Amino acid sequence: MMNQKNTLSQKQQEALLAIIELGIPLVSRPYLEIAQQIESDEQAVINQMQEWGHTGLFRRFGIVVKHRSLGIRANCMLVLNIPDQLIDQVGNRLSEEDGINLCYQRPRRAQWPYNLFCMIHGRSQEAVITRIQEILKIHYLEKYPHDTLFSIKAFKQRGARYSMPEVR
Amino acid sequence: MLLDEFTKKLIDLYQHHLPICSEPYKEMAKIMGCSETEILSCLQKLQEREIISRVGPVFAHEKRGASTLVALAVPAEDLEKIAAYINTLPEVNHNYQRTHLYNLWFVLTAPSQAHIDYVLHQISEKTGLDPLDLPMIKPYKIDLGFALYHNSRMPI
Repeated sequence: MMNQKNTLSQKQQEALLAIIELGIPLVSRPYLEIAQQIESDEQAVINQMQEWGHTGLFRRFGIVVKHRSLGIRANCMLVLNIPDQLIDQVGNRLSEEDGINLCYQRPRRAQWPYNLFCMIHGRSQEAVITRIQEILKIHYLEKYPHDTLFSIKAFKQRGARYSMPEVR
Repeated sequence: MLLDEFTKKLIDLYQHHLPICSEPYKEMAKIMGCSETEILSCLQKLQEREIISRVGPVFAHEKRGASTLVALAVPAEDLEKIAAYINTLPEVNHNYQRTHLYNLWFVLTAPSQAHIDYVLHQISEKTGLDPLDLPMIKPYKIDLGFALYHNSRMPI
């Protein structure tokens, strides 16, 4: 084996990623348990995890809540068509607003005119609608084409999985 | 659904920067002023009750692989069937029905862009629908979890 002690081989790194995307074990020494599964040692796993943390592979690391179970029933996607020269300014300002959990720029398409996407969660649809109206007003955005897409039903809600066989 | 103050505080403190060390739950216990066992049993209970899905990373998907947001305009009578098919794809997470002509919205994540393109093609073949492919161009605000306790800022 080429790998030195306290570093993981490529294969071990891939195995570690596949494990942690499902969550770390709820035991006193989770990385010891993972290390045993991938035939490494605890410190090597911790070093690798810390390195990934520092290099920004993890957007966050911690408790992942299922928002529906918290009574956060209303989940609305507010979409807007903002002129290209204004989108960064508008995106950054909306990101500061209470209640906006996610804000992304995405491409317009022939059948889809909107380029700014905000996710807003709340305990009721009425509360979310009121908040959206306030936000649009404060930022003078009512004049731009926009729409609100409420979720009616969650068919699937889980974390992203990247560890899977490559397609043919 | 009611959570006690201890649980809310635990969730609020540890959605972002859970310590990465040999005994992370013991570190959390020191901050929370309780025992490691209390932390572990609280998290286990939350997982059993499906209030949390896991303890672990949310990946910066642009560093981990490829991802895109996809929408389909599905005739109402076919929605359940098509949603069930979409759910079977391992690349899919967060599959929602929404109030729009484009009524089915889901996120695809995969190890590569080629893989995403392949899955989009499969979906199109299988459903006869033309998927809207809306990859992220720029994030202004990313997933930071939910504040439950300390200055909760959600519309209520």
